[in-house]
Amino acid sequence: MNKMQQRLLHPSKATRQDRFGKTISLICIGFIMILTVSIIGFIAIHGLATFFENHVSVMQFIFSSNWNPGQLGKNGQPQVGAFAMIVASFAVTLLAAILATPFAIAVALYMTELAPKRGAKMLQPVIELLVGIPSVVYGFIGLVVIVPAIRSVFGGTGFGILAGSIVLFVMILPTITSLTIDSLQQVPDHYRKASLALGATKWQTIYKVILRAALPGILTAIVFGMARAFGEALAVQMVIGNAALTPTSLTSPTATLTSQLTSQMGDTIMGTLPNNALWSLALVLLIMSVIFNLLIKVVGKRGEMKK
Amino acid sequence: MKNSVNKKAEHANQIALLIIKAMVGVVVLILMALLGYILITGIPNVSWHFLTSPSKDFGAGGGIVNELFNSVYILIITLVISCPLALGAGIYLAEFAKPSFLTNTMRTTIEVLSSLPSIVIGLFGYLVLVIKFQFDFSIISGAFALMFVNIPLLTRNTEESLKAVSHSQREAGWALGLSKWRTILKIILPAAVPGLVTGIILSAGRIFGEAAALIFTAGQSTPVISYANWNPFSSTSFLNPMRPTETLAVHIWKLNTDGITPDATQISSGASAVLIIVILSIILLSRFLGNYLYKKMSGTK
Repeated sequence: MNKMQQRLLHPSKATRQDRFGKTISLICIGFIMILTVSIIGFIAIHGLATFFENHVSVMQFIFSSNWNPGQLGKNGQPQVGAFAMIVASFAVTLLAAILATPFAIAVALYMTELAPKRGAKMLQPVIELLVGIPSVVYGFIGLVVIVPAIRSVFGGTGFGILAGSIVLFVMILPTITSLTIDSLQQVPDHYRKASLALGATKWQTIYKVILRAALPGILTAIVFGMARAFGEALAVQMVIGNAALTPTSLTSPTATLTSQLTSQMGDTIMGTLPNNALWSLALVLLIMSVIFNLLIKVVGKRGEMKK
Repeated sequence: MKNSVNKKAEHANQIALLIIKAMVGVVVLILMALLGYILITGIPNVSWHFLTSPSKDFGAGGGIVNELFNSVYILIITLVISCPLALGAGIYLAEFAKPSFLTNTMRTTIEVLSSLPSIVIGLFGYLVLVIKFQFDFSIISGAFALMFVNIPLLTRNTEESLKAVSHSQREAGWALGLSKWRTILKIILPAAVPGLVTGIILSAGRIFGEAAALIFTAGQSTPVISYANWNPFSSTSFLNPMRPTETLAVHIWKLNTDGITPDATQISSGASAVLIIVILSIILLSRFLGNYLYKKMSGTK
């Protein structure tokens, strides 16, 4: 009786196994969540110190282009203006996206619409290889090939936004391409058949039907690519010139948020203003990557509602 | 009249398709030029001496033996700490999670983590591991930073591979009276092995080339180490996880930014070639192993 009672009233072996497994996997994901939150928390605390401890105004930080955190300016305020870096970061990102998008869409169209079998077989490894090449190698090639080429064509040092954008263009091309392929493949096949049955040519079908239907997906792909370009550090740092000056042309040396962080972080002392100012740059990067994330979600939702 | 409209459309069609093909050609050319350049300029610099001698900071003729070993060592440690975590998280998301606010938050968190620039992750590692926990610039700090880079990718891969296993397999397990957890361990996980292995190897390729997360965590130099000292607690041992370390990718970056090594360009082109060859073989290995395991386990030929 007692044994029976125990069997009925207590959880079975299977239940205990289930609980054990669920707890373990929950601990794993909980740990990952805590780590992510702590990354954001730590960077935010250090990044905000510039504004709360050193009393630099946010407006000055964003809109002034005097970056010399070690010295005081004429108004007695430390010179912490990140305008140059913010502009340069956005410039390389946008330019790279503008360059990469047409090529990415062309490759994706070729793989899904023009030659689905042969094209996909041939181009899939191309995309995988482009993803596989590490960013330092892109940076190195930029340094020994692209920078001298720009120098000989446009003059100047060759370092600058143009060189950075060209390097980033190749780096984000596979990202945008593979996501565009996904969204093109999701366009229902009867759209294509209906359009062709109406007598439209292949290009008319692509341009008027398929690309429009896949637009939200393509936009998401572009934002993904831009997020990658915005956060890329070493490849850009190697070709951008690393001078915290507002860019005057596409070929003048400048610095992006990431390149400034990479080249300066080792030279400053923890807890001082120059160091805090760098953490503020990291905070801007962090905020931007969260914004890109939200943008992807919003665009993705729009696309879902349309279907 | 109608005919001319058709002709015009036909004309536009041909031009547009031609432009698309031309652009595809340009992309293929870019890749071939890239790979060709790296391999053709790099391989002449790779020799047995290059692969087996330590690097030199100020003189010419340095090699990359330490950097190569460090890259592999840090890769192994990273995989050892990130695989179990990602596996657990992937299992939870694929098998236990029900649609709810909490599940949504979990997915969003992992997406945010995957979109964080690796330099930000590196700085976090510098702040917490190197300074707060006083691990200093070390293999351990570097491996933890790489873990952050690796986890979102691996988690998503685990979740997708598990979800790709047919639902009838789960039902079969439950019908036999197995608990959910035993069904996962004994039926679902083995069936998902080809996908899991491919994902892990591909992530290894990504980690092998990562540098931004490492420059402020693993450090940018390697002390004198001896490959005869097998005691991991000795400071001159090559196995000591607390020593600063410079991986191959970081080495390429450092050579080109400091510019004190006279033959920096030659060494970095050689090192780039080695890096690319290793990563290409990793990609090929993942394909081959994935196919092999799939064939072996599903019995198809």
